[in-house]
Amino acid sequence: MSDATAPGQSWRDWLLTDAPTSRRHARLANLYQGWLKLRANSMAMFGLGILVFLLLVALLAPVLAPHDPFQQDLANRLLPIGAENHLLGTDSLGRDILSRLIYGSRITLYIVALVALIAPVAGLLVGTVAGYAGGWTDTVLMRITDIFLAFPRLVLALAFVAALGAGIENAVLAISLTAWPPYARIARAETLTIRSADYISAIRLQGAGPLRIITKHIWPLCISSLIVRVTLDMAGIILAAAGLGFLGLGAQPPSPEWGAMISEGRRFILDHWWVATVPGLAIFTVSLAFNLLGDGLRDVLDPKDSGQ
Amino acid sequence: MTALSIKDLNVWFGHDHDRVDAVKGAAFDVRQGESFGLVGESGSGKSTILKAITGLAPTWSGEIRVEGQALQGATRDRAFYKTVQMVFQDPYASLHPRHTVDQVLSETLYLHGFGDIDAHVMRLLDDVGLGGKFRFRYPHQLSGGQRQRVAVARALAGEPDILFLDEPTSALDVSVQAEILNLLTDLRQEHSLTYLMVSHDLPVIGHMCDRLAVMKDGEIVEIMQTEDLRQGTAKHAYSQALLAASAAA
Repeated sequence: MSDATAPGQSWRDWLLTDAPTSRRHARLANLYQGWLKLRANSMAMFGLGILVFLLLVALLAPVLAPHDPFQQDLANRLLPIGAENHLLGTDSLGRDILSRLIYGSRITLYIVALVALIAPVAGLLVGTVAGYAGGWTDTVLMRITDIFLAFPRLVLALAFVAALGAGIENAVLAISLTAWPPYARIARAETLTIRSADYISAIRLQGAGPLRIITKHIWPLCISSLIVRVTLDMAGIILAAAGLGFLGLGAQPPSPEWGAMISEGRRFILDHWWVATVPGLAIFTVSLAFNLLGDGLRDVLDPKDSGQ
Repeated sequence: MTALSIKDLNVWFGHDHDRVDAVKGAAFDVRQGESFGLVGESGSGKSTILKAITGLAPTWSGEIRVEGQALQGATRDRAFYKTVQMVFQDPYASLHPRHTVDQVLSETLYLHGFGDIDAHVMRLLDDVGLGGKFRFRYPHQLSGGQRQRVAVARALAGEPDILFLDEPTSALDVSVQAEILNLLTDLRQEHSLTYLMVSHDLPVIGHMCDRLAVMKDGEIVEIMQTEDLRQGTAKHAYSQALLAASAAA
């Protein structure tokens, strides 16, 4: 049980070994092999690069932003792209668009992170329990899922926000509420194929209870396909958040949320196109990055072709 | 003493018109320490008998007694899991793709309530001829024969008295088959195990078993000594046909 590497043996060899010497070693080696596979996919790395950049921008927003995102300057309103002191121009109240974009990345990441924490976890719970238990539990849980699936996403989110009041947190809740059913369906479908596998029969024969089987044996196999699906859905979630912002039901002014920024710029779109276009491009870029990364992750994480 | 006693066992799948009777009126006894074979072509219901006993096929009627204890329905208690264990047919499907050998064995030992799991894992790996260097590998880093050894180690972890072998070598290369069969023979002696082995391969059964039952279409047509198999003195016409087919192959 020692992790010590022999002198002269590089980390790379240690990580690529076929015969790991400890639990930690086996896990790290497995992670590293996944990372190598992901790294070979240049599009996925491009997407990951954009997301890391976004993360850094959000973290360093106060340092990076040239102006206060809320500072109004009516004398300098609707300045074009490339104007002196305002690289991406200013909006209708003379606020610096670049600074607002930089601060807006925080809101975007906040929404994405919260939805990514709520929706897949709820879906995983419902789906695996329904799939493993079968019978009445399955019927009841999946019919509830069907009901949620039958609502148009934005309309349900609208109704929810209208009931709870506008704001980022409620927008996140509303989006999560409409985003979990597809995850439940995927998790259930995976569970149905996994639960009849020999390795599940084998652990049942060792006396393992349903709770242990679901959490330790079924979840690890469902999670990878859920992660892929979440990254692919992130684009849609960002767009839904932006859509709510655009409709005035998400982030409230003067918050520099990207959707709300488009909504404000809409009035000037013919004469001052950049006010709405720049945050639109930001949404587009981040959505694209998530899609590319999701595609790459699918190649790495798909349990169907790993393991062979 | 009887390790396993089965009387008038019927197993079926589905309801009403979709009902398929997989096993019809099966009856046999396996003595303590004996190795008993179930032979038949695919679909003859031999694996289904194992599933019914282990609770993986819930719809059955008749009487199943394990070491004198009668079983009910599909629920099995802890004592049953400590008495009966099973090695599955396909070692590529019977190991969790995301669990290392260590995780598989440690969890099994934990479930059976053993202490000092590290030492137990090492001893199990030695028992099945794998050794410590395989301990932290994932299934995809193992060959078919190595995987089947891990599956055998898992089955032995709870120190059972009776081991079910569901065609344990049919998914393996011929060269590896003999290794696994020899391993199973050795383990049976060391741990004084009772085997109930399912196979469509008569030479394998002839090598491993003391007695065997021949199955056809869900029914046991003949129970005989392996000696009779070697002499070619099967009584039932189907057993004779099976023997002839096996000899020709």
